[in-house]
Amino acid sequence: MEKYLYIALFAPIVSSLFAGLFATSPKKQFVGVITSGLLALSWFSSIRLLFGLHEKVLHVKLFEWISAGNFHLDFGFVADQTSIIMMVTVTTVSTLVHVYSNYYMEHDKSFNRFFSYLSAFVFSMMILIMSDNFLGLFIGWEGVGVCSWLLIGFWYHKADQPREVYPSISPSWAANEAFIMNRIADLGMLIGIFLIYWNLGSLEYDKVFANVDKLSHGTLVLIGIFLFIGAMGKSAQFPLHTWLADAMEGPTPVSALIHAATMVTAGVYLVIRAFPIYESIPEIGYLIASVGAFVAVFAASMALVNNDLKKIIAYSTLSQLGYMFVAGGLGAYWIALFHLMTHAFFKSVLFLGAGNVMHAMHDELNIKKMGALEHKMKWTMIIMTVASLALAGIWPFAGFFSKDKILETAFSSHHYFLWFLLWLGAGMTAFYSFRLVMLVFKGEPRYKKLGVHPHEAKNYAIYAMAPLALLALVSGFFEHGFVHYVTKMLPELEADIGSGTFIFLLVVTLGIALSGIVFAVKKYSNNNLKDLFEGTFIHKLLINQYYIPVLYEKYITDPYAKLSNFAWEKVDMKIVDATVDLIATIIYGAGDKSKVIQSGNLSKNLKLMVFGLVVLLVAVVISQLG
Amino acid sequence: MTIGLTHYLVLATILFVIGLMGVIRRTNLLLLFFSTEILLNAVNIAFAAISKYYADMTGQMFSFFIIAVAASEVAVGLGLLVLWYKRNGTIDLNSLQEMKG
Repeated sequence: MEKYLYIALFAPIVSSLFAGLFATSPKKQFVGVITSGLLALSWFSSIRLLFGLHEKVLHVKLFEWISAGNFHLDFGFVADQTSIIMMVTVTTVSTLVHVYSNYYMEHDKSFNRFFSYLSAFVFSMMILIMSDNFLGLFIGWEGVGVCSWLLIGFWYHKADQPREVYPSISPSWAANEAFIMNRIADLGMLIGIFLIYWNLGSLEYDKVFANVDKLSHGTLVLIGIFLFIGAMGKSAQFPLHTWLADAMEGPTPVSALIHAATMVTAGVYLVIRAFPIYESIPEIGYLIASVGAFVAVFAASMALVNNDLKKIIAYSTLSQLGYMFVAGGLGAYWIALFHLMTHAFFKSVLFLGAGNVMHAMHDELNIKKMGALEHKMKWTMIIMTVASLALAGIWPFAGFFSKDKILETAFSSHHYFLWFLLWLGAGMTAFYSFRLVMLVFKGEPRYKKLGVHPHEAKNYAIYAMAPLALLALVSGFFEHGFVHYVTKMLPELEADIGSGTFIFLLVVTLGIALSGIVFAVKKYSNNNLKDLFEGTFIHKLLINQYYIPVLYEKYITDPYAKLSNFAWEKVDMKIVDATVDLIATIIYGAGDKSKVIQSGNLSKNLKLMVFGLVVLLVAVVISQLG
Repeated sequence: MTIGLTHYLVLATILFVIGLMGVIRRTNLLLLFFSTEILLNAVNIAFAAISKYYADMTGQMFSFFIIAVAASEVAVGLGLLVLWYKRNGTIDLNSLQEMKG
């Protein structure tokens, strides 16, 4: 079985290096085919691990990594229930996204480079989820950050646009924003890791989690908070959320793979992985759940009125990540993992559908300018509708099973306010999902004004999306097997509510989701483009993302830029540079003055020599006398 | 009055200073050679005197080496001097100013 672990881990890096060989050459179709094949190999190995390990845990150590003083760390990998579920999810989505990218990037001149980056991302992600210690996790964590930066800024040559102009900013700006925000959070995470090592002397999961009860409560709280700060950055939770919406500047397959299905869920994975720590500090868990519930509603509200096709889905991702954090924070780790998995399937396919629409509309993103695409893009519409139903949480789609469990958990643990927020979020989710579907696919063909001729995506792109759509449809039914599998490792949390309450919750949740859908369908059916709260202050607030980017710019970025300018112009130029310049000037001047010695006149030179000799003699005599 | 080591050393010093002054003051290359010879021989006298004083032959051996080296130096130097005179018609030191800083 070990060989499957190695294949699953290293096939993506082989794929990346292979594609990297052709990075500067023009498009080569075989690069796309071979990288997709290698990713499929990785997926196959993960599946083999899922079914072949028979619920054993596979632990391998590649070599001794760090040995300094008392600190020993092996470069080890582990395939336990949590990481195998993650591996299967990640490789499934990334294989299909690789196949899809062959279609999406077919006219891009950097086709080969794109595949190199995409595979490198999958490799980093595999390191992140398979590592058996916090340091390896951190390496993967940074690796996905770098790949995300490379991929958001893939079209780095696009010019900067001021913020007021629709859609927004430039890819390189967005890439830098994402990278810098993640650096801030990573510092928190690094402090958390240091605290663990400081107090326990080891970073391996097994050793750390076995000794959690030896730590004082205060230390655990600190560790929990700092690790969560890291998770907040990667999973774009408030207040570090602004980068995710801007990251939509990247190519759409990137948004599907990185900013919906895999990388952004790394924060949730960290909370699940570190569950022995979070289990012993329920108050921090409650904090995490509160942040999650807040973000779930906060992000969903921004999606209600936005007109940018990809940004709506991005906010929806944020909101769903909030749901996962609620589950993780309340101790329902397996539910968080379950929602992570189902969300990866339906959200990635939703993004891929958005990619088809963008191609058809020549990169137009404003959904108000689309409409009536149902006749031109039947399959895309069917797939996106399935994904939206899953997202809204309608039976029997995947989202119903996982999201409902989260609501149940919140209710049964008596966090009624959190439950209420999530319930509200569920309604909003249903509304904005179907607002998107209605505005894009129904109504009148408003796109005719743009002079574009929409067309359905190529067949193999649809075939690549179909498995994900199918999973969005059926993966909820895996629940029983899933629970059985992951609770070998994660704590089983049974919601102890009576069947009456259970049915009540079911009805209430399904009710708000359905009424959200019906409301959206009715509201936008007659080619009506008027949004909720249009013309009011609330609408302005929502469409400007609560003015948070503006506030960040005004109170953080601008003062920081001013400070940097001050440091540059006053401190660096006037003090540091001036000192260095002064030294150089003195030496240069001294040389200029003393070059007359080199007159070429021999007798003058001899005189100087004698003079020097006399001076030295006098110095010797004086020093001897002294 | 017996002549001791001091007298020899004083003589050597006087000769050395004369040679040094010659090196500094003269501009005629031939006279410059003379001055260097005086410098070298002043040292030779000091070597021989100290060698005798300590009954150690090393100093006298050194004198021989210096005489030999000085002889070859003069041979080469005079050859170059003749060449220089043929080319420039002068052996003035100031005619040798070609390498200026």
